[in-house]
Amino acid sequence: MLLGAYLPGDSPVHRAPAGVKLAVLGAGLLLLAVRPGPVPVLVGACVVLALAALARVGPRPLAAQVRPLLWLLVPLTALQLWLSGPVVALTVAGGLLVAVAAAGLVTLTTRTEALLDALVAGLRPLRRAGVDPERVALVLALAVRTVPVLVGIGSEVQQARAARGAERSVRAFAVPFVIRSLRHADRLGEALEARGVDD
Amino acid sequence: MIEVRGVTHRYGKRVVLRDVDLRLGERRIGVVGANGSGKSTLARLLNGLVVPSEGSVLVDGLDTRREGAAVRRRVGFVFTDPDAQIVMPTVAEDVAFSLRRSGLDRMARAERVAGVLERFGLAGHADHAAHLLSGGQKQLLALAAVLVTEPEVLVCDEPTTLLDARNARRVARLIADLPQQVVLVTHHLEQLDGFDRVLVVDGGRVVADGPPAGALAAYEALVG
Repeated sequence: MLLGAYLPGDSPVHRAPAGVKLAVLGAGLLLLAVRPGPVPVLVGACVVLALAALARVGPRPLAAQVRPLLWLLVPLTALQLWLSGPVVALTVAGGLLVAVAAAGLVTLTTRTEALLDALVAGLRPLRRAGVDPERVALVLALAVRTVPVLVGIGSEVQQARAARGAERSVRAFAVPFVIRSLRHADRLGEALEARGVDD
Repeated sequence: MIEVRGVTHRYGKRVVLRDVDLRLGERRIGVVGANGSGKSTLARLLNGLVVPSEGSVLVDGLDTRREGAAVRRRVGFVFTDPDAQIVMPTVAEDVAFSLRRSGLDRMARAERVAGVLERFGLAGHADHAAHLLSGGQKQLLALAAVLVTEPEVLVCDEPTTLLDARNARRVARLIADLPQQVVLVTHHLEQLDGFDRVLVVDGGRVVADGPPAGALAAYEALVG
């Protein structure tokens, strides 16, 4: 579920409240978990594809959401094929694909801010147990933001390593990567404080 | 009015500011100095990001040591590297992020965000990925994200250092036109044209303080 991949739009799926989308997603995932089988997976896949069509989300952005899962899906399917046969293997792999595609569709059609608002509202009852919903939302937002930053740092460090002719040196990558990542974390913390985010 | 009273600040054993006393009431104040002179620490003292080791900093009578949150609501801060300030995935969401604890409802937040993005020429980028903007646009976004909270004072720590000449001029012009009191730390001396007052920081002390012409002449003499 790649948060921050929002595709602007005005479809009914886009306009649906984030809380409703998260609740439907949760119910769907629960159903897939308690009633596993080829039919629920097939129905789930049809629902996701229909909603994607309604939201005018093409196959490419949806595929980008499930692509990170492939490294897990391929060996898992092979293992299930070997241990339990083709029906179970396809059900497990299909169920995972449908679940991740459904979650991806939610993020593609919902602004991160709306998701955070829904999360804050959902966590509000836990305030009595000492959970600060705004802080949880902040942590999630920071996690989302950190992914492209770390990718950017990694890419720059990689280029710097190549420019110095040390392409194979793990150390030449790890040391500047860790230092720059920590420095970024420091600056980000300072910037959040300056914006009064955690006051 | 910002008052810096008898401030000395240390990082570990290293003294970075020594016996600084200032009353900052002018609308446009520039701060210049060599790298490591202490000017960035001075800037961070003004909104409570750094609390002085000795002495105190008051913003409209609020002590940054005890009332840091209230001070930060009055004093916005723009950093050199806009990448470190961007939190949310898209431009509009990042600006809106500054208002999450403002108590405004979502509609009011959206209205205020739209107004600020329009003002900074970012309206067409509202739904774009913030981390994919150009350096100049990122700094405009950082400015917008601070100004959307409507602070009374804006402290900018070398906001144009990482920008090309065109974007640096654009950001500097925007800062110059703000209605807020501005404290601008910069190496670009031409940005201080029309300023009311310039502080020259060297070795942790304010060594010159006055109208730009005299203060900048003292700075030029200092750096040779």
